[in-house]
Amino acid sequence: MSAHVSSPEITFHPEHSGSTKRIWRTFWVLSILTIFELALGIGIYTIHKGEHPSASMVLLLKGVVCILTLAKAYYIVSIFMHLGDEIRNMIMTIVVPLCLFIWFIIAFLWDGTSWLNLRNRYNGKPVQTEQHQPAATEKGAKD
Amino acid sequence: MSTAAIQKETKWWSGGRSPFNASYGKVMMWYFLMSDAFTFGAFLISYGTIRFSQNFWADPNHVFNAFPLAGHMNLPLTFVSLMTFILIASSVTMVLAVHEGHNMNRKGVEKYMIMTIIGGIAFLSCQAWEWTHLITGDHAVLVNGQIEHWGTTVSHNPWGPEVMFNGSEVATPGPIAFGGYFFGITGFHGFHVFSGVVINIIMYIKTRMGHFDDRGHYEMIEKAGLYWHFVDLVWVFVFLCFYLI
Repeated sequence: MSAHVSSPEITFHPEHSGSTKRIWRTFWVLSILTIFELALGIGIYTIHKGEHPSASMVLLLKGVVCILTLAKAYYIVSIFMHLGDEIRNMIMTIVVPLCLFIWFIIAFLWDGTSWLNLRNRYNGKPVQTEQHQPAATEKGAKD
Repeated sequence: MSTAAIQKETKWWSGGRSPFNASYGKVMMWYFLMSDAFTFGAFLISYGTIRFSQNFWADPNHVFNAFPLAGHMNLPLTFVSLMTFILIASSVTMVLAVHEGHNMNRKGVEKYMIMTIIGGIAFLSCQAWEWTHLITGDHAVLVNGQIEHWGTTVSHNPWGPEVMFNGSEVATPGPIAFGGYFFGITGFHGFHVFSGVVINIIMYIKTRMGHFDDRGHYEMIEKAGLYWHFVDLVWVFVFLCFYLI
């Protein structure tokens, strides 16, 4: 089946199975994960509507939804995009640079939290510094 | 053919062959998608930064609760789940087209490409409806002691915290960044879907004209497929960031 050679650069073709069973299994996995996510989303909605919304419960559910999304991303990339069938060199050249996202997400969400704290501490009030011009508060109050 | 044996003895980095065992075009498609992932990642992370810096943010279940022809029924998450399933289904038909391409089955590729194109157009139509609904749907907002009627746009956010006014609960203007991020990021994703549909139409025409049979392989379908799956992958994260959390 893989007799056709598309390019002399390719040493061997990964073997593709003749059946579509794996594709359909992945479809069901993705669908079930999505339905699960939607159920958790409805859960968050009901907690928000309730008498005493529990912030930690909402945070927990949101964390679970994030993990389910990463699982979906794994299935799409590995099976639909066939990255899982490629050789190790290929997988690493794609996956290793994406590790930058770990720093990216942590740093910038931290930054947002810091802005929130600054805004709530100095909301409308001039910052108490040695200098005469309290310029730093203007920016925070605007956006 | 035992691929494991070949892989062990092959000197991948000594030249004359791709160290990634993939054609130039396919490797470059992957690198393009990686850079695009960072573009989308930067957009979504900056949205996260702004959202974390606000004391109040609109509840997505409250904003996205409409469905076509359902009037004012409160249906949180319903329409966006439809859009998600349309995109997952079109991803499946795309991977089936790639599969038929491996089998050199032109009729099969044509059939699944058409289904993928229809899925993409259906998704874009859903997005057009949702945008129209958000922009034109009026909501009462308390601005400077007076009630105004606002749609959701890049300059107006009627989904702020609610206050009591004349004995009833009324919304106040919310963080202005909401509309900008929502329309900016879903619009950028929608533009990707649109270009994906155009690429898929070109691939369909080339398949019909027998270009890939002449070439002896359907690798172009694989490359178009990579792009299309990436669009689905980005939607998974847009869905997470804007609608679920």
